[in-house]
Parts: sequence; C-alpha cells; structure tokens
Amino acid sequence: MAETGARLLVADDNKVNRLLLARSLELQGHRAAMAENGSVALEMLRREAFDLLLLDINMPGLDGFQVLEQLKADRALRDLPVIVTSAVEGLDSVVRCIELGAEDYLPKPVNPVLLRARIGASLEKKRLRDQQAALVRRFATPEVAQDMAMSGFALGGRRLHCTVMFSDIRGFTALVASQTPEQTIELLNAYYALMFEAISGHGGVVNQMVGDGLMAIFGAPLPLGGHGACAVRAALEMCELVALFNADRRSAGQPGIAIGIRIASGDVVAGYTGTQQRATYTCIGDAVNLAARLEAHTKVAARQILVDGALCASLGAQWPFEGLGAVEFKGLARAVEVFALGAGLPSAAA
Amino acid sequence: MPIDLDTFRDLEAAAGSEFVAELVDTFAEEAPGLMAELATALAAGDAASFRRAAHSLKSNGLTFGALALAGQARTLELAGPQADRAQDAAALDALATALAEALAALQGLRHG
Repeated sequence: MAETGARLLVADDNKVNRLLLARSLELQGHRAAMAENGSVALEMLRREAFDLLLLDINMPGLDGFQVLEQLKADRALRDLPVIVTSAVEGLDSVVRCIELGAEDYLPKPVNPVLLRARIGASLEKKRLRDQQAALVRRFATPEVAQDMAMSGFALGGRRLHCTVMFSDIRGFTALVASQTPEQTIELLNAYYALMFEAISGHGGVVNQMVGDGLMAIFGAPLPLGGHGACAVRAALEMCELVALFNADRRSAGQPGIAIGIRIASGDVVAGYTGTQQRATYTCIGDAVNLAARLEAHTKVAARQILVDGALCASLGAQWPFEGLGAVEFKGLARAVEVFALGAGLPSAAA
Repeated sequence: MPIDLDTFRDLEAAAGSEFVAELVDTFAEEAPGLMAELATALAAGDAASFRRAAHSLKSNGLTFGALALAGQARTLELAGPQADRAQDAAALDALATALAEALAALQGLRHG
C-alpha cells in the first residue's frame, strides 16, 4: 500500500479529527505529523520538509485561511499542496480556500476513499512539478531558475550593464581527432566542472555551452557589484585550474589543454529568447559581440586572457594589463583597444 | 440508540476497531473541555469561540455517527449565542445530555 511514502502534515485543533486523519494517512502508506493549530503548522512547515498539508479551517489563533495566506506569501512554501478538510458549511468557505491556493477541499467527516484519491492526485501533481523544477535547475543556472520563478518566465529582455565572457579550448578540433569520443566526453566533463566552479565562485552564470566553448554573464540576471573585476578574477582562476588539470593529465600520459578567454563589459539586453516551448536566457549587445570577436584575436595575440578597453578602464591600474593596441574587427564600426592579462598562451600540444 | 451503527461500523472498518476504541477514549477526554469552552464563551459573549467549540462537537458527532449530538451542536454553531440567556443555557443542558448519551453508547459499542 505504501506506493509513495509521502510525508504529510495534519493541522487540526480537534484532537479526534487530528488522530483520525493521521491514522487514515498512515493506513494509506504515508507518514503523518500533527499540528494542533495554524501557528504550530507553519512553524513545522518552515522547519521540516513536507509533501502535503491537510488543513482545517476553523482553528483558534491562526485559522486555515490565514495559514493559506502565509503559505502563499512564503517563497519556499507557496508550492506546497494543501488539501482543506473541514466541516464548515457553505460554499463561500470552499471558494475562499481555493482562491487562496488550496488544491482541493474535502468535507468532514473525511471519506477515506476520497481522501486517498485526492492525496494521490495532489502528490502526483507535486511530483511532476518537482521533476520540472529539477529539469529547469539542470538546464538553467540556479540564478536563472530563480529569476524564472519570480518573473513568471516572461520572454523579452531588460537593459543592464554587465560583463560577458567567452572561453574555449584552443586546438580542440585537433584534440578531438587524436582521441576516442569517450575520452573527449570525459575531458569536456572535467573541463566544464572546473570552469563552472571558477565562474560561479565569482558570481558569474554560465548560460551557454557549445562543444568546447562557453559563454558566461557577470551581473545578470541578478545584479553583481564589480562584475568586471569578478569576471577577471574568474578568468585567472580558470587558468590556474587548467594548469592543475594539465599537470594531472600529463602525469597520466595525456596531452594538456590550453584555453582562451575573452571578456568585455557594456550595456546589453538580457532576457529569455525563444518560444514558450523552448527558450534560453541570454544577453544581446555590443559587449557580447565584442567578447566574441576578441576570439579572432586570441591566435594573433597568443594570450590566455583578452579584455576590451572599456573593461580595462573600469578596473583601474591594480591589474597588470598589457596594452596590445587598437584592433579592427569585422562587423564592428570602430577599432577596439585590446588588453591582455596574465601568462602567454601555452602551446596546446604538450 | 444515539449512535448511527452504519457510520460507526464504517469508521471501524476504515480505521480499525482497536484504533476506534482509543479514539472514543480521546473523544471522552476532549468533549468536557469543549462543553466548558461553550459555557465560558457564552458567559464572555465570545461568539467566535462559541461557534468554534460547537463546530468541533458537531464534527466529532458526525465522525462517530452521534447524529443527535451533531444536530444540536450544528444548530448552536450556525445560530451562535442568542440574546436570550435562558434559551442558551437550556440548549447547552440539552447538548450535555446528548453528549452523555452518545459517550455512553460509544463506550458500550467499543466493548461490544
């Protein structure tokens, strides 16, 4: 009978009702905890994880309506399914509960067969919602997932100032040709794990991964103070991590990798683009184009980290930037001052 | 018989007769408190507490099949305290009698 083994909370001021509901739930294979009023119920819900709340309306102190209001206002709890159970008469109360976000309503005394059906349906809905949330977390960053939850996933963008980073593995095509596909996947997984750690550790958000290349945004969707400096620090850490990674690989007789990182700051439009069925969080603007174009100069300059003039100017003199002069890029109206940071680009072939 | 046997047997079938026996004991422990709440709320003119206590007794009456008790409690819940004190006092007395009869019958059933 215990097909789900969900954990449920029964909130009812009447002890007979409380015990009987808890008993019904246990007979249906669930685990039940009990709260004797609305305040205790909220306290327990904020302290422990529950899959569903069975809520009485008529309680002293906080009544069922007030509990529903507080749950709705609580970001961590507003998706908790609530089934209201009450012997309150009149359609008004039922309507009010549903309007306040209750998933269902069961009149008391509660019929065990109905209870089982309603709980099964609610838990199934919750399971699907949780699954969806987990998917969103896997394919979007926590920041984007949170932003989506708050903004209701509106397609369209907003203007903001941020720093954009592109990074890739130099000579990746040749590397792929020299090893098995399994080795390449393993390499990419290890590489991405390291890059994500460095980028998210400095407040950045990886929003695209294509082959060996990634795009990261600093300062969107959530504001980030000093996003330019954060991006540069992340870039330096990425280089350090790759150096350690290479030491490991070489000791195992494998070739090292070299990465190229390009960073630019500027105004962008950030938001969701795509369709209602499939969309991605991205940034569009000169800073993005510029960071992407700097790629073309990585080979020429043979430096690991390249940044544009605007970012360099905003960071001040404490960083050992080396000016590489103005460079013309295809598609950009004006020549751009390019600066390099850190060590030269080591040759990919070890 | 102050208890509707079908309701009571259904309850036993759903929750187990041992559990229902304990539940009857719990009701016997809790009910005097609810009666006292009714009297206190009446004296204090606290209509919300009065209705809530009556509501609670109605709900428990329905659970056990104590239909006369539930019916009287429901009348008090829906009407609330009246202007006529003597009428309310009489209604509470009648409710206490219905409760005593229901509890006695339930005790008999739980041993039977």
